[in-house]
Amino acid sequence: MHAAAALAATLGRVVRHPGGAFGAGLVLLILLTAILAPGIAPHDPNRLDVVSAFAPPSGGHWLGTDQLGRDLLSRHIFGTRIAMAVALSVIAIALAAGMLLGVLSAYTSGPVERAILVAFDSISSFPSVILAMAAVAVLGSSMPMLIVVIATSLIPHYGRVARAQVLSARNEPYVEAEQVLGASGVRILLAHIVPNIIAPLIVIASLDIPVVIAIEASLSFLGLGLRPPLTSWGGLLQDGYQNLARSALPVMVSSGVLAVATLAFTMFGEALRHAIDPRSGRRA
Amino acid sequence: MQSYPAYVINRILTAVLSVFGAMLVIVILISLVPGDPATVLLGPLATPEYAQHFIAEMGLDQPVHVRLWRLAAGFAQGRLGTDVISGQSVNTIVAAALPHTFALAFAAMALACLVGIPAGVWSAVRKGSAGDTAIAMVSVVFVSVPSFILGIVLLVVFSIWLDWLPVLGLSPSASLRDAAIRMILPTVALALGWIGLIARLVRTSMLETLGQNYIRTARAYGLREGLVHYRYALKNAVIPTLAIIGMGFGRLLGGAVLIEIIFARQGLGSILYDALQARNFSVLQGTVFVVVVIFIAVNLLTELSYALFDPRIKFSRR
Repeated sequence: MHAAAALAATLGRVVRHPGGAFGAGLVLLILLTAILAPGIAPHDPNRLDVVSAFAPPSGGHWLGTDQLGRDLLSRHIFGTRIAMAVALSVIAIALAAGMLLGVLSAYTSGPVERAILVAFDSISSFPSVILAMAAVAVLGSSMPMLIVVIATSLIPHYGRVARAQVLSARNEPYVEAEQVLGASGVRILLAHIVPNIIAPLIVIASLDIPVVIAIEASLSFLGLGLRPPLTSWGGLLQDGYQNLARSALPVMVSSGVLAVATLAFTMFGEALRHAIDPRSGRRA
Repeated sequence: MQSYPAYVINRILTAVLSVFGAMLVIVILISLVPGDPATVLLGPLATPEYAQHFIAEMGLDQPVHVRLWRLAAGFAQGRLGTDVISGQSVNTIVAAALPHTFALAFAAMALACLVGIPAGVWSAVRKGSAGDTAIAMVSVVFVSVPSFILGIVLLVVFSIWLDWLPVLGLSPSASLRDAAIRMILPTVALALGWIGLIARLVRTSMLETLGQNYIRTARAYGLREGLVHYRYALKNAVIPTLAIIGMGFGRLLGGAVLIEIIFARQGLGSILYDALQARNFSVLQGTVFVVVVIFIAVNLLTELSYALFDPRIKFSRR
């Protein structure tokens, strides 16, 4: 009950933050679109209708059609599924692995600690788009591979924050009190440290969702991402870009969808950060 | 607490270690390729002669530690390898592209500072006004939407719909005016996100600085508001911004790569893209390495200068 009340209070603060209600509403809409895609898409996203290629928006096709006459609205609705599947899996993996490695590095010393920190430094010496580009080009771009590659490039981000949080939480009086009372290291970690470091990590996670969407879209745009029949927003963007000379509409639809999605998650993430840590606003 | 020189040495050593780590990542990536790397990496290009040449050139017949050592020895001497397809030195290819990418990155950063800093000061001074709110809303859009999307939208609007600016590429006539005109859209596309970010950061730290005693004193002396804002407050407010700009340079490079591809400009981006399309890993590995070294060097310079500007920073280990 306590956790549910805290969650409700946090959500309340998110919605009251400027732009928070807007961001949260759009995020909810995007998630519902992803879940309900087959139910709400007006057309089969892959049905060809070459005669009506590049049709402008109309009652039958609200956002018009692409070079093969496929319904752009339906294609983007199904693209939402892929964007969300990739973004949420990447964040879950990066968060879990980063937290594990970060906590481990804070609790160990010597070679293990050093190896983890060097690994963090090495991975984050690559701009993440470049690392993902190189890795996907070498390792292939199936959906699991794409997820693992993007997640790996984000792990140090979470790892460093988790480590810093553990290092500062360990010296808190309440942890020392537990130690004096004879609690085991594992108990202290699970019952006291992890709950206290999870909030900043969740904030980073929510702000990383638009980053993941952008990385996946840029890889697909470059032809390095998912292959058809899996068509992500980035793949749709690439499709449209290649037919730019014939119609600018598909490109603008995909750009618009990507812009709205990244904006929504950023505004939601910023409101969440503010709701969890009101002091953070000063540090933008 | 360390002294500044000790801190500098410590950071330089960490940077060198990161460069080695990055080389290790490159070597590991290539050795992770399942099966026979020559066949997998080259795909349809893998004729037996070419595959053999490729394996020998990339040292793929050697164990990982030997390859790492060869790569490190080559890179340390400034040799980025040879393009196995054209036979050109990768140094030549990268050196030809680097000025274009730097020109784009610096033009974008300059534009971002020129617009972002005054916008931040302006909205901090008018906190809560309609103008402040408007700048905040525009900033959040610029910050969240990826630069390559902004680039595509600018391209469609200004080159295709309005037909004001040439669509793509570098100047064919190589005249300075033409080159400058073709720089406009890529520069703006890359700068917009930074304009938003810088405006927000400057606003936040200006608000903090404007509340301090020395500003009240300056005002009490009857100094003009403009002088107080730009001469006294901004000087301190801009320090945290400086750090973020440096830390964000990698994002800028990543963005520049995509922008170059969208606007069909020469530069590191187009080299990477062409190398990826042709599965030319000899060029890819050298170019990625250059990007990483630039990235690490900029981060190092940022950290060092930040510590110099703001002596309150503790020279502690991360």
